[in-house]
Amino acid sequence: MEMVKGERWITWIIRISGYSSILFVSLILIFLAREGLPALGKVPLGDLFGTRWYPIESYFGIWPLIFGSVLVTVGALLIGIPFGIGTAVYLSELAPSWIKNILKPVIEILAGLPSVVLGFLGIQLVAPSFREFLNLPTGLTAFTGAVLLGFIAIPTIVSISEDALNTVPNMYRQGAMALGANHWQTIWGVTVPAARSGLLTAVMLGVGRAIGETMAVMMVTGNAPVLPHSWNALFLPARTMTATIASEMGEVATGSDHYHVLFFIGIVLFLISLAVNLTASSLALRSKKRAERLLS
Amino acid sequence: MDNSNYAQVSKRKAIVGVNLLRLITFITALPVIGVIVYIIVRGAPALSWEFLTAMPRDGMRAGGIMPAIVGTFYLAIGTAIFSVPLGVAAGIYIAEYASDNKLTRLVRIAIINLAGIPSVVYGLFGLGLFVLFLKFGTSILAASLTLAIMTLPVIISTTEEALRQVPSSFRVVSTSLGATRWQTVKNITLPQAMPGVVTGVILGLERAVGETAPIMFTGASFFLPLLPQSPMDATMALPYHIFVISTSVPGMPVQIQYGTVLVLLFFVLGMNVIATLIRNRARARRQW
Repeated sequence: MEMVKGERWITWIIRISGYSSILFVSLILIFLAREGLPALGKVPLGDLFGTRWYPIESYFGIWPLIFGSVLVTVGALLIGIPFGIGTAVYLSELAPSWIKNILKPVIEILAGLPSVVLGFLGIQLVAPSFREFLNLPTGLTAFTGAVLLGFIAIPTIVSISEDALNTVPNMYRQGAMALGANHWQTIWGVTVPAARSGLLTAVMLGVGRAIGETMAVMMVTGNAPVLPHSWNALFLPARTMTATIASEMGEVATGSDHYHVLFFIGIVLFLISLAVNLTASSLALRSKKRAERLLS
Repeated sequence: MDNSNYAQVSKRKAIVGVNLLRLITFITALPVIGVIVYIIVRGAPALSWEFLTAMPRDGMRAGGIMPAIVGTFYLAIGTAIFSVPLGVAAGIYIAEYASDNKLTRLVRIAIINLAGIPSVVYGLFGLGLFVLFLKFGTSILAASLTLAIMTLPVIISTTEEALRQVPSSFRVVSTSLGATRWQTVKNITLPQAMPGVVTGVILGLERAVGETAPIMFTGASFFLPLLPQSPMDATMALPYHIFVISTSVPGMPVQIQYGTVLVLLFFVLGMNVIATLIRNRARARRQW
């Protein structure tokens, strides 16, 4: 077929734009590696994975930061999973449509709140009230960060879970009802189990959202990069990987050991988000395939 | 006896369970509404013509936040210039051109990845590539490019989804009338999908407007006595301004902090509302 004038060019532009995402992911990896891998040459591996982060005296042990991120993320999930999935189940299985019409925009607003705004509210409202109610010396703790992060992860968990529940064929629910199950038994016995890999995807993406969150966590966790000595670490100040990069990158000299180590932490974060997102998307793919098989 | 007892127990369970779900949803939604109302109540008294149009004075503790508002506009425009054409074109490629092969799967994986990379890692990347390697310095240009790559996955996926919703019979008819692929896209599918595309663009830019971490080391500055004169200058921006005045300025009046937060929320939620309105209007008008 004869190509219309200029069409060849436009096709190429569109094609190259389509491939650009691959280029950008590669560029991100290349530049993180370029600035971060020299850390391995300058700081001995044993020190890099040491237990003390004190850059002024050249202690670059990133364990306290990894621990901080894990602690805050796990705390966030303890809040985000029940509240996120619970809300999704209510919205998709029980809520009358007028309630849905109010609540869905509310969840979207929560998703749209900039994390610096949540951090601000954390400093102004959440931390002072936690300090008072829990009788702590400071309200800026891992727990405060976890609560905020839970709320940050909730919109992600709700929307993906809702999609997963909506793809469960209606005949499942009808079948359960026909066998005499009530609403509640249908939800927990049939609908939720049928949607489980979608729900797992939702949780994975919630993890990704929580572990990569920066500003809110930096503002409310109290900036203490230490490994805990006791069991109440959740109620003490902590410091995540993301917060460390954000709060220290502005002050380091370009090319110093500290600078390279901060980029190295960036590589660790990149790899974590890569793993989380690939797992989530393969789970999503699996649930889609199963849904197709069941429906055919 | 057993049967009726069982029925009663499970009925009671159902009532408890359903109410528990109601309560959970309520606990999730109520703070959101409460917080928005609270910010409006606390922030509104700070708003005045001077607050919106004057330079800050007295180390941010008085005067206005005009340079931060202007800077946020510049960053939004800069981000849009790069991410909208590229993102829409990429969405068109995936929805209309790509065949289902390994390369397309790689593109998809790349987009999923871009969407999941933490915002602070984008900041590191922008610092490494745009600020240092390409020597743009901390500038509006470097920050906009960083934000553009970050918003790309949002724009690509919403564009793709909007195009996929256009019924394939439209394409078949267009092609059967002798239109080429690009003519079909330009005259049929893209116009039909336009409301969805615009919604995606607004949601992507909304995210860019509220972000702090990616611009911290690529273009945002704490205080500048002058407005930026060119894309190579650094700029003040609302999110970074909020971060600084709420963490590092001793004796900062709380009212100004709430006022600044309210202004940022106005922009972000305003964009959200516009996007929702466009989507709903298009849905109501759609004839297929």
